[in-house]
Amino acid sequence: MSDLTLDVQGLSTHFMTRAGVVKAVDDISFSVARGRVLGLVGESGSGKSVTGFSVIGLVDAPGRIASGKILFQGRDLTKLDERELRDLRGNRIAMIFQDPMMTLNPVLRIDTQMIETVLAHDNVSREQARTRARDALGMVGIPSPEERLMSYPHQFSGGMRQRVAIAIALLHRPDLIIADEPTTALDVTIQAQILAEVQKLAREVGTALIWITHDLSVIAGLADDIAVMYAGRIVETGRVEEVLERPLHPYTHGLIGSVPSRNARGSRLRQIPGMTPSLLNLGEGCAFRTRCERATAVCERDPQDTHPVAGRTLRCFHPQLEVMA
Amino acid sequence: MSEAALQAAPTKQEKAGPPKQETPFARFVSEYCESPVAVASFIVVVLIVSIALLAPWISPQNPYDLAQLDIMDGRLEPGSPSLTGMTFWLGTDDQGRDMLSGIMYGLRISLGVGVGSAVIACIIGTALGLIAAFAGGKVDGALMRLVDLQLSFPAILVALMILAFLGKGVMNVMLALVIVEWARFARTARSAALVEARREYMEAAKCLALPQWRLVFRHMLPNCMPPIIVIFTILVARSITLEATLSFLGLGVPITEPSLGLLIANGYQYMLSGKYWISFYPGIALLVTIMAINLVGDQMRDVLNPRLKR
Amino acid sequence: MSAPVSDTVFPAARGTAPGGTASAAPVIELRGISKRFGKTLDVAARMAQGLKRAMGGTVPATVVRAVDCVDLTVRRGEVVGLVGESGCGKSTLGRMVAGIMPPSDGTVLFEGRDLRTFNSEETRKAKLKVQMIFQDPYASLNPRMRVDEIVGEAPRVHRMIGPEGFDAYVDAQFRRAGLDPAYKRRYPHQFSGGQRQRIGIARALAVQPEFLVCDEAVAALDVSIQAQILNLFMDLREQLDLTYLFISHDLGVVEHLSDRVAIMYLGRIVEEASAAEIFARPNHPYTQALLAEVPRIDTRKRQFTAIKGEIPSPINPPSGCHFHPRCPQAMAVCREQAPALVDVAAGHRSACHLNGVAT
Repeated sequence: MSDLTLDVQGLSTHFMTRAGVVKAVDDISFSVARGRVLGLVGESGSGKSVTGFSVIGLVDAPGRIASGKILFQGRDLTKLDERELRDLRGNRIAMIFQDPMMTLNPVLRIDTQMIETVLAHDNVSREQARTRARDALGMVGIPSPEERLMSYPHQFSGGMRQRVAIAIALLHRPDLIIADEPTTALDVTIQAQILAEVQKLAREVGTALIWITHDLSVIAGLADDIAVMYAGRIVETGRVEEVLERPLHPYTHGLIGSVPSRNARGSRLRQIPGMTPSLLNLGEGCAFRTRCERATAVCERDPQDTHPVAGRTLRCFHPQLEVMA
Repeated sequence: MSEAALQAAPTKQEKAGPPKQETPFARFVSEYCESPVAVASFIVVVLIVSIALLAPWISPQNPYDLAQLDIMDGRLEPGSPSLTGMTFWLGTDDQGRDMLSGIMYGLRISLGVGVGSAVIACIIGTALGLIAAFAGGKVDGALMRLVDLQLSFPAILVALMILAFLGKGVMNVMLALVIVEWARFARTARSAALVEARREYMEAAKCLALPQWRLVFRHMLPNCMPPIIVIFTILVARSITLEATLSFLGLGVPITEPSLGLLIANGYQYMLSGKYWISFYPGIALLVTIMAINLVGDQMRDVLNPRLKR
Repeated sequence: MSAPVSDTVFPAARGTAPGGTASAAPVIELRGISKRFGKTLDVAARMAQGLKRAMGGTVPATVVRAVDCVDLTVRRGEVVGLVGESGCGKSTLGRMVAGIMPPSDGTVLFEGRDLRTFNSEETRKAKLKVQMIFQDPYASLNPRMRVDEIVGEAPRVHRMIGPEGFDAYVDAQFRRAGLDPAYKRRYPHQFSGGQRQRIGIARALAVQPEFLVCDEAVAALDVSIQAQILNLFMDLREQLDLTYLFISHDLGVVEHLSDRVAIMYLGRIVEEASAAEIFARPNHPYTQALLAEVPRIDTRKRQFTAIKGEIPSPINPPSGCHFHPRCPQAMAVCREQAPALVDVAAGHRSACHLNGVAT
């Protein structure tokens, strides 16, 4: 229990909008141990990105963390003030975004940005900072790092920029990295390269990694554990092999079933009917009930977390206990 | 299969009925009204325009009807009564004209010239900008170099040169303002057109083999309007200022149709004699008008900014 | 084979089995198609360039060879998948097939006839028969038009329907794309991504096409919506006897949907075969690498081994075979000569020197 790098308990993040309160994240709990990779999977509107932002404390108004605890190595991040959070950000907790230009300043050279990051948390000389920056670039597989330090972000391709962003995240050897869809916008071959680098680094450095994505196939190859989110709630967690082979929640079941490779060639894909409901209008009960073929009257009440199998968490009244076809 | 497909039909709120239709205009209005300052400015603008339009009926006196003026009423303080029994709320100028009426009528000229020239410049500039964007090549190059040339001269200088050439008069002032302002519209329209022309909905329209004129006027132009509208409000304010400057310098509208600028000029010589009201109140009126228009334009720019859109 | 455009509002469902026979007539044939993009400079820029050259500087090349001498045939009733990564030119190729972009070189044959020989009326009809579904559901609908206008404008302009039949026709198109016609007077921003994509599909179907070019049509959608739209494509294919050019970077989707697959790299087609063949026996090293690196939901904790190197920029492509800097099996000849696309098995073409093609 004590080597849990991150332990989130009952986190809720709400956004006060003109149209009402949007419960982007609604009472979720998960944990990541040292050196493990957690895949946080969900579609648009599921709240997975907001979860990442909540952990690192980057939720802007009109959003705020409404309740819950975020225990990072035992410290509750929700109780820290901005100065203490700034100490941790970029230092012990780092984040990688989908668009590397959210990390990189287009008018500054790479070395300027990286040295600045190093000096923000460590009291070293500029020369030492520069050396660390160069080593970090080498670590993510950028050729001729010494020359590349002198470049501007626009002189890199998309994949390279993302690597630089990852290098910046690694500068302080953080204990936790939150990656929000970093390879979604990249080509398959480049994505493979970056996944390879990240996997290697996580193993070597022992960083805990939360990989946020909608792509189940990436999680299948990369993650140790998986948490599936729907409409702001975590509906299922467990080890990756178990969840993908024996999904218990009907949504997970439907999601896996709709992947083309899981269907006979040329046949109709198994699809989940309907659409994700608007977060303004979820109402009481299970958020998935309007699209679930197994829904009954009992689903009008909020399901709580259950543990039908050891090591698995599930939020459903009608788990799918048969094996996947 | 069709059952499931129909289930995919849009239901923004599952429980309630279909949501009420929200046109882009309705959305614009609701977003605009988020700023109380902007709403207040808009009300002020409406008020000013109403005053200008209704001036002949609501002003206490027609300041250009020489029969109504009495030189014995000249340079009276604000609040002084006249011999005929009416009160000069804002005082009189040296001819005995009621300042309040003068301001109301002056607003007519100022707004008329300002808005009128902006509208004409908008039409001409937008048309040329669209032509440049579509024609490309030499036509585009030539037009844009002309625009660059135009914009590199200070506006007041160009206006002064034109008016020195043509002489005074409301029409001449409008002509000068149009010549000064079309370039900004042309450039804005061209940039917007270039951006919109590459968007996928334009490609889709091309794919549907729609005629060229439909592509430009039905598809592209409505989407180019936001930046043009913003420029329009800014340039209305600018026109009014420019016209006031020209009239102040004596090169603008004639004395028989004084705008606010001319009123300010008339009273300038009395500023240091303590008869401040002859310049001051027209000045305030000008200030309030321009500020209100600028604030409206600011909020419109923020609301219409595509980067802030979902 | 194909009903005239103005004949039927609802073409009768044909019981054609999916899969398109190899002997079916080609709908679109591309021969030696190339597309180059260059910046046309105005007088001032050209003077500046001349000055730079006169002073001994070099002016970088600004011509992008987006598509480089491509041959492709799509037969009636079949689904051809076009796969490639960024910069490979697949979107450009799709636009040339749909008639939105004219090729710089080469010939486009529509139903056997060179498009350049068509008069304006025939060109118009041909353009309507080939429609495109775009990638970005947010950008592909005019935000200032109501969706019934978006769908019904073209049929009305081309006089396929009169003003009396407008509403009924638009309703029918909506239903065919899986949308509720009650919402047709709304604006695009009031719909979700998946619904907008359906509106785009309804718009394309409204002009009675025979050929659909889907340019990454499901890439921007969530997985569960993706499944719905892909199923819709398959339904429409059967109901309307449509032919597809399905452009995607997602090999899983392409494998599921396509009869034949063509792989593109930096403007050239490097391999082409039936879907089953290309996924079972990929020939070209790039195809092999692509298939090896695609994350699959069935694999567990795999070791990601990637091919090295970045995708080169299309402005300055490598000499000879475009793939040689990243190819683990590159030979000396690969740097000098571009390999030709030749048959390596029945119905299977590949462009690689490793196949022992005579230089």
